[in-house]
Amino acid sequence: MKAMTILKYQWKDLFRGKWIIGYGLIYLLMADAMIRFGGTGTKAMLSISNIMLLLIPLVGMIYGALYLYQSREFTELLLAQPLDRPTLFWGLFGGLAAPLALAYTAGIGIPMLYTGMILTANLQSIFVILVLGNVLTLLFTGLGFWLGLKFFNDRIKGLGFALVSWLFLAVIYDGLVLLAIFLLGDYPIEEPMLGMAMLNPIDLARITVLLEFDISALMGYTGAVFNRFFGSMLGITVASGCLALWLGIPLWRGKSLFNEKDF
Amino acid sequence: MITIKGLRKKFGPLTVLDDISLEIPSGQATGIVGPNGSGKTTAIKTLLGLVKPDDGDIHVDGESVIGKWNYRQKIGYMPQTARYPENMTVAELFTFIKNIRGAKQTSEEELIQHFGLQPELKKRMRTLSGGTRQKVGAVLAMMFDPQILIFDEPTAGLDPHASVQFKNLVNQEKQQGKTILLTSHIMSEIEELADYLIFIVEGKIRYHGPMKDLIEKQQEQRLEGAVAKMMEEAAA
Amino acid sequence: MWANNKITGLLLVLLLAFLTQQGWATQITVSKNGSISSIKEGVDRAEPGDTLIIKEGRYEEHSITVDKQMTILGEGNVQIDGNRQGFVIIIRADDVTLKNVEVMHASTSFMEDYAGILVKETDGAVIENVTLTDNYFGIYLAKSSNALIKNNHITASMKRETQSGNAIHLWYSKDIRIEDNYMKGHRDGLYFEFVDGATIKGNLSEENIRYGIHFMYSDNCRYEDNTFRDNGGGVAVMYTSNVEIINNRFEDNWGSSAYGLLLKEINRSKIVGNEFYNNSVGLYIEATSRNEIRHNTFHQNGWAVKLMANSTDNMFTENNFIANSFEVATNSMKNYNEFNNNYWSHYEGYDLDRDGIGDVPHRPVRLFSILVEKQPQSLLLLRSLLIDILDAAERIMPVLTPETLVDSQPKMTKVS
Repeated sequence: MKAMTILKYQWKDLFRGKWIIGYGLIYLLMADAMIRFGGTGTKAMLSISNIMLLLIPLVGMIYGALYLYQSREFTELLLAQPLDRPTLFWGLFGGLAAPLALAYTAGIGIPMLYTGMILTANLQSIFVILVLGNVLTLLFTGLGFWLGLKFFNDRIKGLGFALVSWLFLAVIYDGLVLLAIFLLGDYPIEEPMLGMAMLNPIDLARITVLLEFDISALMGYTGAVFNRFFGSMLGITVASGCLALWLGIPLWRGKSLFNEKDF
Repeated sequence: MITIKGLRKKFGPLTVLDDISLEIPSGQATGIVGPNGSGKTTAIKTLLGLVKPDDGDIHVDGESVIGKWNYRQKIGYMPQTARYPENMTVAELFTFIKNIRGAKQTSEEELIQHFGLQPELKKRMRTLSGGTRQKVGAVLAMMFDPQILIFDEPTAGLDPHASVQFKNLVNQEKQQGKTILLTSHIMSEIEELADYLIFIVEGKIRYHGPMKDLIEKQQEQRLEGAVAKMMEEAAA
Repeated sequence: MWANNKITGLLLVLLLAFLTQQGWATQITVSKNGSISSIKEGVDRAEPGDTLIIKEGRYEEHSITVDKQMTILGEGNVQIDGNRQGFVIIIRADDVTLKNVEVMHASTSFMEDYAGILVKETDGAVIENVTLTDNYFGIYLAKSSNALIKNNHITASMKRETQSGNAIHLWYSKDIRIEDNYMKGHRDGLYFEFVDGATIKGNLSEENIRYGIHFMYSDNCRYEDNTFRDNGGGVAVMYTSNVEIINNRFEDNWGSSAYGLLLKEINRSKIVGNEFYNNSVGLYIEATSRNEIRHNTFHQNGWAVKLMANSTDNMFTENNFIANSFEVATNSMKNYNEFNNNYWSHYEGYDLDRDGIGDVPHRPVRLFSILVEKQPQSLLLLRSLLIDILDAAERIMPVLTPETLVDSQPKMTKVS
């Protein structure tokens, strides 16, 4: 109940800040352009999911941390009120993550509606893009929160870590995987590779996108491990499970940090 | 009645509160003084539950408050530097905190009138001056008519006129039998408002008792002199 | 020999026309409880030119040899069950017509190619509206000509290649029309070896164990409006010249060696207006030269085109490449084929003069496709930001991708 009150006010606050509207507009303009130039088919959805994989982790982490810093005094004010910390934590988290998720959903959903794409395109693909975007938003906002709390008194460090983490997860990690493949390619490394991918939430999301859009390429790979993994429900089940863990762990760590924190 | 027993807190290697035990009497005003970084604000934050103590206990009206939150219903707090959600208007902020506390009856109207905040109500928080923000903070602290009032450097950003208004208000609250806890760098302010005095240096209590006694003990006319003397003693 | 057959065929037709006019042709009826209750007996009793009517029922017979020109028609649900005793029907005479029956259970064998219907050394056979169920081979044509195989439903349910023959198998045959048939669950849906001048039109071949259609050494054939779907290896076309592959659909062929269409040593042929959808590899081209590949649509394949470097002088024009994981992959820095005026959905250029042609050339070979060729495991990094960065760098300064494999006039919109 009180969490809802916090949430409501934060929403109002965020939407007044225009920033969130700008964020939603980015998706809206991009989705509109993709559909306008790429048609209402798979191409537009692929472009949208590429943007999603790039933008959501970056914005989620940076803004998750930044938001905690920005609302520090507000948090202190509320902590002095008769309010328990978990309520406040979920209020704060929901107050940021929900509008971000909404901005994403509206940003890519509205162009799909007015272009009639929703009627012609593969509904399962649209569903995957929408759900994945929302899960990623919650996940990376949670990670940002966790980093923000970890380095609560040192913004530069917190934001720096958020940025470096993003760079690591989005680019460097894959670079290491690629290096490992070329160094150890002669050994049976498919299983460790899949394991590595599961450890990185961006890779996890990427593989979920692959499962939806590139299954014909994945099935062209000569190897039983990938074929078994991607060709059955196993792939999507494991990927979803790992995403759920990735969603839960930072939030759980963040919440206990928040509970123990001195303000 | 607020009872603090054996309170300890370290921030890393730094001991901020070192075995603090004291009683803050009800219905009186207690001033906390001490040099910068002596642990005044930390003590207040511990009482509010903003800071978690390493050891020790705090009782409000006979009940331990560590890890609890409902007791804050009884407390109004005005922080040292008050910053609020920047895009919220003053009126919205008041309504918001009212909703959070689930309060129906408040003295919001009178307080707004008292501080002359009516023209500011529709303004966004980010457009307000520091002094106006302080006034908003004061209203928030007092509007729910809590038994215990805590002010951390309340007059720091206020102009002399508002400062006088604020002190009048605190005196009124005192007469209504509220327990008041305040920190200030301005000794005359403490002298004016407080009955009891807590003097903290490096996390330890150097003096705790009625203010008059301290002034007499130090053979000074004013609190400022007495405190300065005590600081010299502490440094020696 | 063919010429010889043709002449005898023609003579027979003339004779038949003559006999019919004389009213000598008769109709013989086979039914389970009639005077003639076996098809074999019916065939034995028939004179050339007669019509054999088979009444509804189940006939457990095999090796029914039709050795004279006649028409065999089923009435109602006629099942001819070979009970896995070899061939079921063998046609050895010219101008035999077989319609409206179900033929089932020819033997499975490692030694002999047993078929539901064997057509051997004949001219002018017509097989129409026949259902072939669980035969080793379905319809087997050997050294025959001018046959029409139309509207048949040929299915089998074996799981292994060795247990299953081909649905329609042609060997040393000429001028055959194969239209509107349905083929499922055999080793190959259609199999051609040393066939000349066949037309294959409007067939659907799906879920066969190996290929939807497999043909070798079969010049001058035309494939039109067929659909090949979800076959183990897709479609393989080899060692042939002058083929026309027009307006077919190749779809849902998944696997490490599954191709929408595999071309090996195919020359001077036309591949026009086909749709390649959702295959691991849409079009695989090896040692294939001087072909026209035009107006095809490659949609959502893993690799739209895999072009081996020993292929030369193939012209890719006005094709659509839409949302494929890889557009073109190759195995060499060299390229002797031409790409022009195609639409590429990966194209990132612009069209400032608004003439519908992109102002900068498109390089359809990604660096990543070369990495994947070297280390297939790296496929897992598809759509990684890192890979996109590497690809972009390569596109600006080609180092590992063939410099001449480029569409210098990429279309801005889909070719309709």
